[in-house]
Amino acid sequence: MITTALRMLLGDRTKLIGLIFGVAFSTLLICQQVSIFFGLLDRASSVVDDVREANVWVMDPSVKTIDAPFPLRDTELGRVRGVQGVDWAVPFFKAQVQVRTRGGNLENAVILGVDDASLVGVPDAFVLGSIEDLAQPDAIAINPAGFRLLFPGQELDLGRKLELNDRRAKIVAIVDASPAFAANLTIFTRYSLATQYTNNGRNQLSFIIAKSTDGLDAKEVAQNIADQTGLKAITSDQFRIESIMYILANTGIPVSFGTVVVLGAIIGVAIVGLTFNQFIMENLKQYAALKAIGIRNSRLLCMTIAQATFVGVIGYGLGLGAAAAFFSNTSRNVDALRGFYLLPEVAVGVAIAAAVIVFVSTLLSMRRVLVVDPATVFRG
Amino acid sequence: MTANSHTQTATPEQIETHDLTVRCRGVEKSFGEGQTKVKVLRGTDFDVRAGEMSFLVGPSGCGKTTLISIVGGILSSDAGDVEVLGKNLGRMRNRKLADYRLSNFGFIFQQFNLLPALSAAENASIPLVARGESTRKAEHAAIELLEKLGLEGHNHKTPSQLSGGQQQRVAIARALVHEPKLLICDEPTASLDAASGRTVMELLRDIALDSHRSVIVVTHDNRIFDFADRIAHMADGVISKVENTCNETGDETDKE
Repeated sequence: MITTALRMLLGDRTKLIGLIFGVAFSTLLICQQVSIFFGLLDRASSVVDDVREANVWVMDPSVKTIDAPFPLRDTELGRVRGVQGVDWAVPFFKAQVQVRTRGGNLENAVILGVDDASLVGVPDAFVLGSIEDLAQPDAIAINPAGFRLLFPGQELDLGRKLELNDRRAKIVAIVDASPAFAANLTIFTRYSLATQYTNNGRNQLSFIIAKSTDGLDAKEVAQNIADQTGLKAITSDQFRIESIMYILANTGIPVSFGTVVVLGAIIGVAIVGLTFNQFIMENLKQYAALKAIGIRNSRLLCMTIAQATFVGVIGYGLGLGAAAAFFSNTSRNVDALRGFYLLPEVAVGVAIAAAVIVFVSTLLSMRRVLVVDPATVFRG
Repeated sequence: MTANSHTQTATPEQIETHDLTVRCRGVEKSFGEGQTKVKVLRGTDFDVRAGEMSFLVGPSGCGKTTLISIVGGILSSDAGDVEVLGKNLGRMRNRKLADYRLSNFGFIFQQFNLLPALSAAENASIPLVARGESTRKAEHAAIELLEKLGLEGHNHKTPSQLSGGQQQRVAIARALVHEPKLLICDEPTASLDAASGRTVMELLRDIALDSHRSVIVVTHDNRIFDFADRIAHMADGVISKVENTCNETGDETDKE
């Protein structure tokens, strides 16, 4: 009878397309929004992720996120280095700066200053140039998306000059950094240069990044630093989570995306529910006839579940495919959407959501089939 | 074929119980509650003998549809006994009753009620598929029956591609494919023109009726009364008169 149920559905092309569209639309919308949401959260901690050499971050106790540092005294670096279990510790500067090209293009940028001597904190993903080039005077490295933002339509190259707060800077490398939350343009330079470019006063040390001695637990070392310096010291993983939680708790992003996801689900339920109900109503007399012939309610229920499952699977597959195609295209070709991927976890979650949408939508229709009086077939 | 008959009246008591496919005694059925309660069957007695085509006739609202719904195990009676093929339907639970209908009954409806997306063969094979036969075997049996009913070459057509008479033949095939012992037909010719209606009745007599199968036909169409072995007249919720007719080819029809 499953085949019969599917043939019934396939025979009504208009409604079949409507049903599949409803599920596919919801799947696409939910997949896309949830993936972008997680992508944004990922960006909130991208700077922490890119500093792979360090496993402990030290900061002012009031700091809650990587994007809002409060300057430390320069002397704190020495104190941290003196804590037992710290293998090494270097300064890390983070701020926002305005960048102007010679053509007059003005953009906001995240500037990251790394230790002058070791250059620890620059991602090891150079597209052009090398990390050693950052030792040159006025040297900066920028990300490819930032380059395209400053010089639209031009090929990546080196040697171009920029102005950062009226100071000259020269692009000596292109480094593929993870997309940042606050800006699409990320600049890496030496700590000493970064403080000159921002010119924010005497104390400019945003963070101290440190590495625990091999064999020691990073959490314990971070605790030692906190105990001995009075500063906030946490592991990279903890800082990543804190930065994400800050975004969740202090911005409208979760509500905004959540609203779209809920609306997507409601629209899906509405389209699928109404169309499936119409399909069942048009076939109700036939269902009554099947009942009269002697087909049990449980059989009829299986038939409607099979129809709903068919619609759900095809609709979900198409929606997921469309979402995958969207992210495959945009992650390669649209800098603003770089780093947004369709995660397997999202695909699984949306599959459950699609199943709920189809189930809720078809519940009313299933009830109609179950309660239809077979005697109606004798009433002309 | 053209069936010819002469008639004589009979009472249920004159029929031997062991010959009966259907035996209804004192069947009562009401619809509604309180002041809106309507008593549709008022202690109805109704019998159908094995191997006979019985017509149930009467004016609209007299209770014909309610009676065949009860005989077909689709409705339950409020009082009285309903025995079909030796089983008391009132004592059966819903699931068992559904299985009993699927195994022993065939239904032909006024509006055919074929599934529009399915082909003639698929529609006709439904009872066998529902009983667990493989789709291939079921459709093979359905195609054989459709050919007997004169629908060669129409197996793959959907109901919308068939005429009313052809659709009713598909419905007959669906009602017979699982070889039921009782065939219940509700106004089988009402949606058909006169010629198609007679063709359908001829097919029912030729193919559906045999010594192991009884046919009940509810109808208003007095042009087909000559196909009946017995005609039960219903009025105000009771069988008011039963005419025994002897359908023998060559005899003249003798109607009251």
